[in-house]
Amino acid sequence: MRIFVCIKQVPDTETRIKLTSDSQGIDPTGVKWVINPYDEFAIEEAIRFKEANDDVQVTAITVGPKARVNNALLTAMAMGVDDSLLVNTDAALDALTTAQALANAIKAEGEFGLVLAGKLAIDGNVSAVPLMLAELLGIPHASVVNSTEYSDGFVTAGREIEGGTTEKFKLRLPAMITANKGLNKPRFASLPGIMKAKKKPIKEVSLDDLGIKTESIKVKFTNFELPAEKPACKMLGGSPEDQVNELVKLLQEEAKVL
Amino acid sequence: MNALVFIEYKDNKIKKSSLECLSAVKGDSHTIQTCAIGAGSDQLTAALGAWGVTKHYSCTDVDTYNPELYKNFVAKVIEQTKPDVIVATSNNVGRDIFPRVAAQFSMAYMSDITEVEMDSDLEVKRPLYAGKCTAQVTFTDDSGKILLLRPNQISVVEASESVTTENIAIAAGAPSGQSETLSVEKGESEKLDLTEAETIVSGGRGLKEAENFKLLHDLAAPLNATVGASRAVVDLGWVPHSLQVGQTGKTVAPSLYFAIGISGAIQHLAGMSGSKNVVAINKDEKAPIFQKSTYGLVGDLFEIVPVLTEKLKSL
Ligand SMILES: Cc1cc2nc3c(=O)[nH]c(=O)nc-3n(C[C@H](O)[C@H](O)[C@H](O)COP(=O)(O)OP(=O)(O)OC[C@H]3O[C@@H](n4cnc5c(N)ncnc54)[C@H](O)[C@@H]3O)c2cc1C
Repeated sequence: MRIFVCIKQVPDTETRIKLTSDSQGIDPTGVKWVINPYDEFAIEEAIRFKEANDDVQVTAITVGPKARVNNALLTAMAMGVDDSLLVNTDAALDALTTAQALANAIKAEGEFGLVLAGKLAIDGNVSAVPLMLAELLGIPHASVVNSTEYSDGFVTAGREIEGGTTEKFKLRLPAMITANKGLNKPRFASLPGIMKAKKKPIKEVSLDDLGIKTESIKVKFTNFELPAEKPACKMLGGSPEDQVNELVKLLQEEAKVL
Repeated sequence: MNALVFIEYKDNKIKKSSLECLSAVKGDSHTIQTCAIGAGSDQLTAALGAWGVTKHYSCTDVDTYNPELYKNFVAKVIEQTKPDVIVATSNNVGRDIFPRVAAQFSMAYMSDITEVEMDSDLEVKRPLYAGKCTAQVTFTDDSGKILLLRPNQISVVEASESVTTENIAIAAGAPSGQSETLSVEKGESEKLDLTEAETIVSGGRGLKEAENFKLLHDLAAPLNATVGASRAVVDLGWVPHSLQVGQTGKTVAPSLYFAIGISGAIQHLAGMSGSKNVVAINKDEKAPIFQKSTYGLVGDLFEIVPVLTEKLKSL
């Protein structure tokens, strides 16, 4: 069975965001790029499936500029992914165009049994590409999944949503699963894994090869702004009783939230 | 503009987050139509009339949540209403069905919207990098748009019209056999989710032990607040991941956020810096959390929190 894991590179969570001088984007200087944390759960899920079943090929797939995303693919392959498929482009695509590129790239590869992705990417937080991709591939999905169980031709996926509600869905394979924290504990790449990754194939395709036009982009981010500086914090002094009395007064009279 | 609003409701009452969606599209130049799915979804017309909704599409044959059936329902409504813009809440339902709708109808899609202006031109803003910056969302063509609004961001306007809303029943499509809902178990929590809460009481490693979260629950009670946490205590297994606030947890923006025994790491700040008022309680006056707080209390949380709880109870 062929499994595709969709991965994205995002700025490390430590990154302090700076804007470009025209405020039309973020300044990439000094940004450290890492695999989106939720995608690591998806990678781990795929590798575990491979370890538990015969004849499984796990392919990492990503859309982005080669110079930047290559590292993410190498890391995924060092964790245990077999090979990679890179849609190499510098263009800033929107979610739907990205999903179309992924769908066309996956369809061109032939049959597959499972597509995995992180529940969202922590840069844009749009959380749309995987389910758009599922729609374009015509397969069912379960999102924000924290448990899975596979049985011949099906996957049972569990998730927890707002208010502690838990839901369980049974999907016919091929299916799309988007991973939440808690699905598993992603492994670290081992040293031999890192060595092996260097020899694993990365297949490259362009948007042209896939028939995707950047004119089809419908949504762009413009006019970026940094949050307004907060006024200095009011430090409340005295005994715990004094501090609490003053706080409650401020919350009532100044902030007007009580 | 022809707007379609996806309504969520509980006990026959439209949820506040859906009222926020209605408020966002309300304007003289718009026609508003609505849709809702589930038992009782046809009982909302009286309330919708006040919002000037002329037609409400409902489906009562599906009661258990299933993304495929929900999406098929929305798709049927879109075919009948041909909306220019669809507005829904950015939550685990909205995010679970509307990306597929956008792909099926080739519509522009954006989630987590915090500001929207629909009077003349459509103006939309949202945070990026979990709140480290915001950006304007620009639509480059005139295809239909799907806008998912983050709860608690748009103020609810007063609905004062008296239109008669026509209920149009839509039959659920037959399931494709591709997916099936095995179970839905409602959480016992009557509290609002972190993303919807007006007040949040969050605790971190300063609480020392899992049992001490009781202090936070005690404080949350008089405030009617939802309890949150830093990642450190989620990783320690004291509380579930669903409580985590931050870049790899929930992004929240309540009116009042308490950070108790939380140092204020950049990943945590990213998730809560949109809060209108932040109260930090920390024994370390140099803790970075104070830089993002409105009010700071330096001291031992084990002394301060019980006093605060008693004081709030006495109000
Ligand atoms: C990839 C990645 C993603 C991350 N995502 C998140 C995220 O989404 N959310 C998140 O929160 N973190 C996240 N983190 C972790 C983050 O970097 C911090 O480690 C974490 O937020 C620290 O939690 P804390 O403030 O509870 O603990 P600490 O940093 O240990 O702080 C404890 C605080 O409690 C105070 N304290 C101790 N005792 C008392 C007392 N008796 N009274 C009063 N104060 C006391 C201390 O002074 C200290 O400031 C992430 C990290 C990484 C690497």
